Amino acid sequence: MSLDPKSLKYTTTHEWIYLEDGPGGAKTATVGVSDFAIQALTDLVHVELPEVGRKLQVGKPLGEVESVKAVSDLYSPVDGEVIAVNQALILPDPKTKSVNFDVLTDDPYGTGWLVKIRVTGGQSELLDYETYKKQCEELE
Amino acid sequence: MRNTRSTELIFELSKPGCSGAMLPPCDVPLRPVGELLPRDVLAEKPLPLPELSEPDIVRHFVNLSTLNMSVDTHFYPLGSCTMKYNPKRNERIAGMPGFANLHPYQSDDTVQGMLELLYKSQQILAEIAGLPAVSLQPAAGAQGELTALLVAAAYFRDAGIAKSVVLIPDGAHGTNPASAAMAGFDTLPVKSSDDGLIDLDDLRARLDDRVAVLMITNPNTLGIFETRIAEIAEMVHAVGGLVYLDGANMNAILGITRPGDFGADLMHFNPHKTFSGPHGGGGPGAGPIAVAEKLAPYLPSPLVVQQSTGYRLDYDRPMSIGRVRSFFGNVGVLVRMYCYIRSHGPAGLRKISENAVLNANYLLSRVKHILPVPRGDRCMHEFVASAARIKADRDISAMDIVKRLLDYGFHAPTVYFPLIVKEAIMVEPTETESKATLDAFADTLECIIHETREQLHDAPSSTPVSRPDEVQAARQPKLVWKPQA
Amino acid sequence: MPYFLNNADDQRAMLKAIGVESIDDLFAMLPRELRLDRPLDVPPALGELELTSHMSELAAKNDPAGSGICFLGGGSYDHFIPAVVDYIASRSEFVTSYTPYQPEVSQGNLQVLFEYQTLIAQLTGMDYANSSLYDGGSAATEAVLMAMSVTRRPGRVLVAGSVHPDYRQILATYLTNLDVELVTLETPGGTLDEETLRLAANDKTACLLLQQPNFFGCVEKMETLAKIVHAAGAALVTVVDPISLGLLKRPGDAGADIVVAEGQSLGTPMQFGGPYLGILACREQFLRRMPGRLVGQTVDRHGRRCWVLTLQTREQHIRRDKATSNICTNQALLAVRAAIYLATMGPTGLADVANLCLQKAHYAAQRLTATGRLKLAFQQPTFKEFVVRASNGRVDELLAKAQAAGIFAGLPLGRWYPELKDCLLLAVTEKRTKAEIDRLAGILSE
Repeated sequence: MSLDPKSLKYTTTHEWIYLEDGPGGAKTATVGVSDFAIQALTDLVHVELPEVGRKLQVGKPLGEVESVKAVSDLYSPVDGEVIAVNQALILPDPKTKSVNFDVLTDDPYGTGWLVKIRVTGGQSELLDYETYKKQCEELE
Repeated sequence: MRNTRSTELIFELSKPGCSGAMLPPCDVPLRPVGELLPRDVLAEKPLPLPELSEPDIVRHFVNLSTLNMSVDTHFYPLGSCTMKYNPKRNERIAGMPGFANLHPYQSDDTVQGMLELLYKSQQILAEIAGLPAVSLQPAAGAQGELTALLVAAAYFRDAGIAKSVVLIPDGAHGTNPASAAMAGFDTLPVKSSDDGLIDLDDLRARLDDRVAVLMITNPNTLGIFETRIAEIAEMVHAVGGLVYLDGANMNAILGITRPGDFGADLMHFNPHKTFSGPHGGGGPGAGPIAVAEKLAPYLPSPLVVQQSTGYRLDYDRPMSIGRVRSFFGNVGVLVRMYCYIRSHGPAGLRKISENAVLNANYLLSRVKHILPVPRGDRCMHEFVASAARIKADRDISAMDIVKRLLDYGFHAPTVYFPLIVKEAIMVEPTETESKATLDAFADTLECIIHETREQLHDAPSSTPVSRPDEVQAARQPKLVWKPQA
Repeated sequence: MPYFLNNADDQRAMLKAIGVESIDDLFAMLPRELRLDRPLDVPPALGELELTSHMSELAAKNDPAGSGICFLGGGSYDHFIPAVVDYIASRSEFVTSYTPYQPEVSQGNLQVLFEYQTLIAQLTGMDYANSSLYDGGSAATEAVLMAMSVTRRPGRVLVAGSVHPDYRQILATYLTNLDVELVTLETPGGTLDEETLRLAANDKTACLLLQQPNFFGCVEKMETLAKIVHAAGAALVTVVDPISLGLLKRPGDAGADIVVAEGQSLGTPMQFGGPYLGILACREQFLRRMPGRLVGQTVDRHGRRCWVLTLQTREQHIRRDKATSNICTNQALLAVRAAIYLATMGPTGLADVANLCLQKAHYAAQRLTATGRLKLAFQQPTFKEFVVRASNGRVDELLAKAQAAGIFAGLPLGRWYPELKDCLLLAVTEKRTKAEIDRLAGILSE
């Protein structure tokens, strides 16, 4: 089920974040990449994501999204620990032997999510949808 | 007419029992290998290398060579690469046993001719640069950049000055920020103004006492000379920083102006561009650097020095940054460079730049009527046209246009660099081309933009392959041949 | 001047079309005060005949070891180069072409480099190889940087003291401005001792850099050392001699994670030190951190098999300050030479060359130490090179005596290893004859 992009928060580096209550009082963050960033990258060829259990620091790279023309670092919007990673972006399709990035290009706010994080602290500057959209327009 | 087996791989041509090599029998008493080396370090099976006979090898590789465009066969106006003619006499000379068969660790007195050549090369490059101290060690321009930045870092460290930032114009070649990062610096961009030159206001705003180096290319990557370069250098020096010149575009200013004279403190040369070293399909090149006197002690070791007893390799350099590569340097490329410079002399060197600039301006004067050249009517040795408008109007990109040039027998110019021009097409004819060739190129470009969008999207249509699928190549990397299961 | 193609008429027409009076007008934007107001102070121009004479004179002042009796090694070797290598590698289309950024007109270069990548993977037992780096020394450093990145342990690197001293110096130079602890593990016995490694390899260690055979020609216990390195969660980076792989177990079969080599032995003359060939190969999981250009197989729009530069996003022209490395120009033509050499040798030829080097070096070691004036410095098995110690300590005298007889006898090690200042490093390749070895033995041990 896709999240509504208007309800999400965004980093200045094009990640989106959805916060909800998690077990044990901590928050769980679901993190993905915005549609704007995905369209700018064009043909995707590789996504590098951290392993479950990895400790992340706010503002530090957690992985990469790579297209034929460019590589973009993915930055963690929070301090935390990785509790889930979207396998669809890592495991090759048994028929084609390569990873199918359609979920990321077609549904970046739903099945194209990247990681889930158990939040332990810190938060980078988060923008609401309108502010983020304005920032993107300025970049064009 | 083409030999259709020529694109089979050597692994597909392999046949058990074939060999191109016949070694002499062993003339010393043969001992069992197991006596000389322990069992567990020995290979347990033969290497899976292909087995081929010499006639097949020759036919295979010679045929493959015919699938390349090259300077010897085509006009190759790649911007920022300086694809000039590679003199054949330099190849013959560099191959002389008296140069090619020297071991790098032979004692100095057995290589006096080579050391003399290298010493004179140091002096000649210093003169061309207008900077007194030269290292011939780096293997390529990018390595030269890194070396220069390491020298700068050592200089500041030694002086006890904290410097962490390198400034790089937004039009710079990608090796610039990569080199700065490898040398441990943070990089910050400096904007260009509309005329394509460094925006002095933005530079002023960026300059503070953290700035170690401003890396510039002059003429810049648009082929335009930074007319306020002296002022820029002063601004950088005023905050205690150094100016590094990326010498990729030296072909425009040989004997006309010198980096040391317009304020640079460090620079690198690309002998495989400016001094006719052949490009070899991607290398080898060389990346000698020249620096100001105060930076000389930090240059890599060794340098060639001249003493009363002859030429020597001087390793006694306690403040040197060390080494960036093994042995002395890409000496074979430097021998060709020396021959090239000796063939031209002072007037000839200046003529190189005069003709390079003349050819580029003439080509610009024709091309600007075909495609817009955004930054003016004049250039130095290269210029940048833009396909942005034709892309917007007719969905024809820079890539489409240059792919079609291949069909007409011209190698494509550089595309999509520098990043500051949309749909950039960067053209550098060099001085070793005739007006007739330039006219033919311009006439062809004129033809091409009158062709249909379909024709251009299908281009090239006369080459053995057309528009390889780069997305598939990156998604499913097949980087080695594997035998069929 | 033979390289300018426009005559006075052409120039006139061109200036007119541009709209200026003279070539000087084209430089009008250059501020007066920056212009060089005198000719460059470089020697006057020479025509081809004069140039050839001048260069012949310079060449005559050199005594090339590779044209004589050469026992010099230390990373550059006097191996035999088959004629086909020079012949094919001097084709215009290989020599004067550029980096294959336009694949449709570079299929020759791309296919040869794809073949080269495969040959190197086959030679080393690794999954992937790139299409060249500058030389063995800088390749070793690039490999260490890769290991630091993939293991995510950028703080500590181990290197055996038996690795080529210049390679270790390159590594130190590159790491100067990065916050890395570089630890050299001493090798007094000529090879790296397991216990020394076990004590040093901890959970901060990114990798061990090891050479096989090492700088002294000694064969390291690579598989055992690999296990210790891996137990600490670190990577093993090995520098190998490509010729040795005609006999020795491939590093990929012995536990290496990243393999580098100096490829000069594969068909490139010694040339006083360069250009040479940096070989780099790695296992699957390091692929995306591998610097340098990679050629990949794909299909074109008609479904025809073809080759293309790929994974360029790791490279400087796209990643810029996040690039794995800054390398742009590589050593492509030298990789072409290596591909031709390996294709010519094949598995049996390479095994023969390796065996000749092994046998002749051992014979030389035996003959040189027969009288006791020279002793072997180390008690380890060796390949192609070995170290002898002069009982009277006077290696300079021995070298001078040999030189007078036209023999380049070996490298004095004092400049790198003070404790070995009475020692010489000798290399014996397939080119050395029994007669030459006997003569050397006669001169050095009399």
